[in-house]
Amino acid sequence: MHIEVRGLNKKFGDFQAVTDVGFEIEKGQLIGLLGPSGGGKTSILRMLAGLESVDEGDILFHGKRVNDLPPQERGIGFVFQNYALFKHMTVADNIAFGLEVKKWTKPKIKERVAELVELTGLSGFEKRYPHQLSGGQRQRVAFARALAPEPQLLLLDEPFAAIDAKIRHELRSWLREMIDRLGITSIFVTHDQDEAIEVADQIMIINKGRLEQKGTPWEIYKNPQSPFVAGFIGESTIVEDVSSLRGFGNVSDWPGTKALIRPEYVEVGKSSDFELLSATETGHVRHVHFRGSEWLVEIEVGSTKLVTYRSLEKEILHPGDEVQVLIHRAYLFNDNDSWVMENKLKVDPMPVHI
Amino acid sequence: MRRLWIGLTVAVFGLLLIVPVIRIAMGAFDVGWNGFSNGLARPESLHALYMTGLIVVVVTIVNTLFGVMLSLYLVRANWLGRRLKQLINSIVDLPFAVSPVIGGLMIVLLLGPETALGALFNKAGIDIVYALPGMIIATLFVTFPLIVREVMPVLQEIGNAQEEAASTLGASAWTTFWRVTFPSIQWSIVYGVVLTVARSLGEFGAVLVVSGNILFKTQTATTLVYQDVENFNLTAANSIALVLAAGSVTLLLLMEWAKSRREVH
Amino acid sequence: MSSLLQGRWWSWGFRSTVILYFMVLIIFPILGIYGQSLSSGWAAFTDNIVEPLAWKAVLLTVKLAVIATIINMLIGTMSAWVLIRYRFPGRRLLNSMVDLPFALPTAVAGLMILLLLGPHSFVGEWAERLGFTILFHQPAIVIAMVFVTFPFVIRAVQPLLEEMDASEEEAAYTLGATKAATFWKVILPNMLPGILSGAMLAFSRALAEFGAVVLVAGNIPGKTLIASVYIFGEIESDNTIGATAVSVLLLTFSFLILWTVNYVQMRRKNG
Repeated sequence: MHIEVRGLNKKFGDFQAVTDVGFEIEKGQLIGLLGPSGGGKTSILRMLAGLESVDEGDILFHGKRVNDLPPQERGIGFVFQNYALFKHMTVADNIAFGLEVKKWTKPKIKERVAELVELTGLSGFEKRYPHQLSGGQRQRVAFARALAPEPQLLLLDEPFAAIDAKIRHELRSWLREMIDRLGITSIFVTHDQDEAIEVADQIMIINKGRLEQKGTPWEIYKNPQSPFVAGFIGESTIVEDVSSLRGFGNVSDWPGTKALIRPEYVEVGKSSDFELLSATETGHVRHVHFRGSEWLVEIEVGSTKLVTYRSLEKEILHPGDEVQVLIHRAYLFNDNDSWVMENKLKVDPMPVHI
Repeated sequence: MRRLWIGLTVAVFGLLLIVPVIRIAMGAFDVGWNGFSNGLARPESLHALYMTGLIVVVVTIVNTLFGVMLSLYLVRANWLGRRLKQLINSIVDLPFAVSPVIGGLMIVLLLGPETALGALFNKAGIDIVYALPGMIIATLFVTFPLIVREVMPVLQEIGNAQEEAASTLGASAWTTFWRVTFPSIQWSIVYGVVLTVARSLGEFGAVLVVSGNILFKTQTATTLVYQDVENFNLTAANSIALVLAAGSVTLLLLMEWAKSRREVH
Repeated sequence: MSSLLQGRWWSWGFRSTVILYFMVLIIFPILGIYGQSLSSGWAAFTDNIVEPLAWKAVLLTVKLAVIATIINMLIGTMSAWVLIRYRFPGRRLLNSMVDLPFALPTAVAGLMILLLLGPHSFVGEWAERLGFTILFHQPAIVIAMVFVTFPFVIRAVQPLLEEMDASEEEAAYTLGATKAATFWKVILPNMLPGILSGAMLAFSRALAEFGAVVLVAGNIPGKTLIASVYIFGEIESDNTIGATAVSVLLLTFSFLILWTVNYVQMRRKNG
């Protein structure tokens, strides 16, 4: 289903939950609505579903305005955060509910339920009640129930929030695969950036009720259009006094400009590790943390604290060690503007060709 | 220590609850089976029990319907403002705080033969006070909060996620209520109904004031017990009281059953 | 579309009916009695309020209800504790009997007490030998009140005890607190909200009780005539204004209690 949203606004009492949100979604895409809790993501999703009324703006499905259509008539599937399974019905009855309501014939219902049970890997659990299932199984039932009436749009509200970290990973790729196979347009809400980056075709970053940026995960990572997006995606440190760092001296031309530096922008090592020593500067290791697959190294350059990762294959650093630090690039921002700046000294000013 | 507390509790229950019930049973049979059956088989006893039964049936049906609907509105409806809901919610409990005698008095004051409304109904040929309608209204008033108080907390606890899920699956409000909401609240409704039956069976003060306690006309089982005691006809009083007590114990068992079912679901 | 419209009409009809029912059944009568009490003018109202017998009846009711409530707080807390914390044969039976006073018609309760305490009963004779009588005196009224309000404190305390985290108690033990100290400092404060709200409900019910009391109180004005029986007497003797005046006094008192309980419970839930 092709979806278009224009100038969406929603207020709860005095609280402006959603402000001027507009976007378009192509058929068959999987969209992640990403942002901090309480940022308005769920409100947008619920308005799309018709569970919440729209104060201002239009929602169009296939170019047709659906603002005044009740949820029953929108042809959507909704997976709720805590699944909202019907507690007094078995797995099969839960899945069949939407079909019975639509007055499908008994044999057709039976067939469709069997198909979905098979698809979601719930065979053998048809007669169980929700309280007899694990979190992951409940999630699958919720998914199957939403898909049963063959909706054209699938909406998922924090679908993995209530599941253990380990199973969450499995379920994510399972869901991605499932949606690819069905080719159904889907939108899911999450506050977990890893989840959004891993699963979504496109991410929409929502903050304080506004749409900050829409794009593929890689676009958003590479080219964040606001300090909020830059800070929200990936890990980072904010540096107040950027011009003191080597290679970024000319930042002082823009007063009031700060830098956001990601760990992956920073490289540490002995002086022999770098080809262009002039671009590096000397710092000290403050702490090293083992993170399972890499080291997280906290370093201090002058009065600036930075964070970086270091491969386990490399020589182990200890607190107090003197190291050379190379800052490849920084994301700079002030009140009016934001841009990415490469280290000016990184490129050899006088290459010697032999 | 443990033994002492258990012993004390058993003693309290025994003295306060068990012994009195046994005493009623003994009282009903203190002149043998005949005393009991004579007390019960009097025409006035039969009529009084009939009146009580009638009131119980009407009141339970009406208050169950309105109680469940009001609970739904107070918990779910968005056409009622939050403040208005809070106000109604705190007014629902008022009948608990009103002495039954005062409850009866209110109805006499509003609908008695000397009032404008009462006269109007009288002209239309309907007696309200000192007749069955007044007694039903009085009992409705006294028992109104019972169902609302049982159903509302459950509705709040289950939340509306399941209902929203049903609506996204295409179910109408009516289907959603019967297939999703009702199964979750049915045992609370049963519990509330049992409480309502118990209370309307035993209502005394309000009915006494409204009915005027007219023999063969507006006398109920409880007001007959009162009259028998006043006339020192203790055996007859005990016979009816025993029937009422047996009814209460049955209701108590039903309450336990409803409660245990409610916990399962 | 037409079915949708029909749905709207239906729900509109339902809504108005329910709200109308609520107004007519609950709000009108209560407003009515307040209005009626002032219908013959302020002077008539105050005359009836300052009538010594009326005052005495109200004060007596409050006094006896307070005594009954205190008794119920003690035995109610104890019973709730025993029923939740100890396992013994007959526990379930006792637990289901708690609600008996709610299920039993109050007139029947009055009759039971009358039979048990009457002059020819064991208790009555024993008391008489000691030189005092219970029946038709204040102790009988207190007993009737205790009986009808018995479940309130128990039912309010039980859930709190049930949901109380055992680790809280265990933490107190590991910190070196004795059993007694743990009870007073950890367990009792946990039960206290329940004891208090149960007591408030019991108190307002005791104030309002009529059926059980009218049979066992002697109803001697100034001595054993409680407010609800006084009101009943006034109605019987066709003094509606006197009845409404005392009713308004008693009602206002009960409403204040009820709203305090609601307020306290709401604070607890939100806090």
